Amino acid sequence: MPAGEELARRLAAEVPDPELPFLTLGDLGILRRVEVNLEGGVRVVLTPTYSGCPALHHMADEVRRTLLAAGFPAVQVDTELSPAWSTDRLGPHAREKLEAMDIAPPPPVDKAPVALTLKCPHCGSLRTGELSHFGATACKSLWRCQACGEPFEHFKALR
Amino acid sequence: MTAGVAGLSVVDLREVALGLGDDCLVLSHRLAEWTTHAPELEEEMALANLALDLLGQARSLLTLAGEADGRDEDQLAYWRDDRDFRNLLLLEQPNGDFAVTMTRQVLFSTFQELLYRGMAAGTEPRLAAIAAKGVMEARYHVEHARLWVQRLGRGTEESHRRMGQALDLLWPYTQELFKPTESWSRAADQGAVPPLSSIEEPWRHSIESLMVDSGLEIPGFPAWQSGGRLGRHSEHLGHLLAEMQHLHRSHPNASW
Ligand SMILES: [Zn+2]
Repeated sequence: MPAGEELARRLAAEVPDPELPFLTLGDLGILRRVEVNLEGGVRVVLTPTYSGCPALHHMADEVRRTLLAAGFPAVQVDTELSPAWSTDRLGPHAREKLEAMDIAPPPPVDKAPVALTLKCPHCGSLRTGELSHFGATACKSLWRCQACGEPFEHFKALR
Repeated sequence: MTAGVAGLSVVDLREVALGLGDDCLVLSHRLAEWTTHAPELEEEMALANLALDLLGQARSLLTLAGEADGRDEDQLAYWRDDRDFRNLLLLEQPNGDFAVTMTRQVLFSTFQELLYRGMAAGTEPRLAAIAAKGVMEARYHVEHARLWVQRLGRGTEESHRRMGQALDLLWPYTQELFKPTESWSRAADQGAVPPLSSIEEPWRHSIESLMVDSGLEIPGFPAWQSGGRLGRHSEHLGHLLAEMQHLHRSHPNASW
């Protein structure tokens, strides 16, 4: 492995998502590859969560800026669609971080992809229902708890 | 003519990607026209989400289509005139009322999901990659539109009447969905895309059962309309493009 590849990978993985800034590219599982060539130039490959994810360009710029600032002489960021991203690619800490922000995480990999009921992040009740499958960002849906009456967001499953 | 991957010619790949990309681009623009006009806030966000998914798919497809002759997605979106667009006539139809918009959506998204499902298993890796991503999105578009069609069809007398009108208005454009161009037929022979005849039956079954559930009747013998895939469009596309392309053509290198 060329020098600096581990550093480049770590820095790229730590870049935050502009829409959910407590999640990193590593948490989201959208960082596919980081390669450093003999001249020290870096190639980073990202995959989008949704086809039209407007944050992807911002994330690519941020990766480029971060790696250049760390001293890498050249940075190229490419995107790759295949294999398609799914919420099963979320990293191990992503679910905990979402819960800590009162956003209901998607069901675990071994569970049915579409949640019939979610636990309210405010009061823990299971008496909840989907208000709208399409929320404020492409990756979230909007729910409401019938017990406490509060709305909450869900990082919806995509498979 | 150069052979592309899987024996698909560059010209046929371009035509196939252009047609599908234009479908996404034109419908995305129509859905975006609802922004600030939707009946409720949740629906406003839903339509914007659908538009965004389709715009993302359009970008991938048009990028692929432009590779053959060195044009990028923006050149294809903003610098072609209506006769060079290859979208289905169904998708350029004006939004009308909410019943028209949701009927158009269910007719198209059901088709698109089936088409992407076949293409994701196809022999052309770039088309397959775009379809594998898009099919996950199309599935949700179908679910959303079906719920609205049922709700409006089985809703009030007025919503039922409007749904019936919408179906009468749009049904004549559905035959075109299953009319392959020559490029499509060759791409299907190569296994890159599904033959349109193979998705017509599942589409019909899905739409017919939805309409029965919604208390709506499919029109009998309409005057079929087609030609979009060959560049013969209604005047509606010209108006849509005038709005979509205006800024880019007036300020070619604008950035913000
Ligand atoms: Zn609650």
